[in-house]
This record gives sequence, C-alpha cells and structure tokens, in this order.
Amino acid sequence: MSDPMRIRAQAQGDKTTVRVLVSHEMESGQRRDAAGKTVPAWFIQSISATWNGKPVMSAQWGTAVSKNPYMQFSFKGGKAGDKIAVTWVDNRGDKRTDEAVVA
Amino acid sequence: MERRDFLARSSGATAVAIAVSVGLPAHAQTAAVNAPGWNKAAFDGKSLADVAKAMGATSAPVESKDLVLRAPEIAENGNVVRVGALSNIAGTTQIAFVVEKNPSALAASFDIIAGTDANVETNIKMGQSSNVYALVKAGDKYYYAVKEVKVTLGGCGG
Repeated sequence: MSDPMRIRAQAQGDKTTVRVLVSHEMESGQRRDAAGKTVPAWFIQSISATWNGKPVMSAQWGTAVSKNPYMQFSFKGGKAGDKIAVTWVDNRGDKRTDEAVVA
Repeated sequence: MERRDFLARSSGATAVAIAVSVGLPAHAQTAAVNAPGWNKAAFDGKSLADVAKAMGATSAPVESKDLVLRAPEIAENGNVVRVGALSNIAGTTQIAFVVEKNPSALAASFDIIAGTDANVETNIKMGQSSNVYALVKAGDKYYYAVKEVKVTLGGCGG
C-alpha cells in the first residue's frame, strides 16, 4: 500500500516534540493527467496520534495539505521509550497506523 | 391478485437494488468515503468567514496579537509552503490554516487536546499569492492572524 510514515519523537525537558512525514499522494482533485482528464481527489482527511495509548493530537486535513504531508506538534510529558502511534484515514476509506518510540 | 402484488413488490425491490449499485455519480471513479467526523462544510468554505461559521463561530473572528502565524513572505514553490501557528490564547482548542485564494480555503484544522501545546506546523499547497490565516477557537470565541504570502510557482495542480 503506502510507505511507512517517518515519525521522530524527541523528549526535551518537560515536553516531547513529534515530527511526522507521511507518504501519500494528496491529490487535490484539481490536476489533469496527460490525457487531459481530471485526476480525482485522493487525500488524507483525518490523522491522529496517541502517546502510550492516550490521544495527544488529532487533525482534519483538506486537499490543500501538501503531497507527502508533514506535521509537527508537541505535548507535555513523555520520556525516552514511550510509544507514539499515528493513524490516518483518507477519502477512499484507506487507513494506516505507524508507531515510533520516543528518543 | 396476490401473485401480482408479490411480483410488483419484488421487481420494485430489484429495481432499487440495481439503482443502488450503479448509484455512484459518473465522475467518481473510486467511491469517495468521507472519514468519520470530517467537517465537509468547513472544507467547502470559500473564505475565512465561511470556515469560521462551519467550525461553529456565531460572530466574525477577531484579530489577535497572541496568535503567532509563521509563514514565509515569498514561497518559491506553491506545492510546499511550511506554515505554523503558536497560540498564546488561553483555552485554545482548535488551530486551522485558511488560504483565502485556494479553491478549498481551509487547508487543515488541528484539535488541541488538553496537555498538547497550541503550536503546530504543516506543509500546505497554495495555488497563487494569497493571504494565509491562522484561525483559532478558544472557548466559544474565534481569533485570527493573517500574513500575505507571495507564491512564485503556484501549487494546486492547475
């Protein structure tokens, strides 16, 4: 299906910063292919993250989020070894979850 | 009489079944299935006001100096414009990025859960030079910060 997400989570002081790079085409539905046909919109609509199972982030995305989307957020707490899981759902009903360990 | 009723009823049901199976609109090649909770009305909005209303605002958002929008003055590539927002407004529960001149003005909306910093970053597409807004919901009030971003190479695919 899609390539794994790259998740980097770093605990610094009293907070943890998470950077995620998702692999997804994020077709806006505006583009035309070589034959002139409009390529239908195909994009992640919702994405969320948990820290040791507890929700720490959720977002809704539209067609204006870039291809291979990037996002960064931070939360209070977290230490090396904790688990971060990120899940996305796109407008075809596909979904994906990847996990990473806090450094 | 009974047989006719039975046939009439079953053929009606078959007609419905056929209609449902080919009921997809002609232009949808793969059935689009909106993710649960996806705020379609907000993503259909064409302006900051539309988006704020679809997010629940009952009055126009107010500009706030406690909301810091990070966006470049000039974006070389409209396909990838890094934007960020830091909200120092107490009780922030949502941060959204709105690009005024995009076909779909709302690019992304982040929920700020308790314990998570009201400080997010992402990459967005901009079709052309436009005002970019960070829109924040705090309590039941809405605030915004705006920056004009010039784009040298538009990025919505047009």
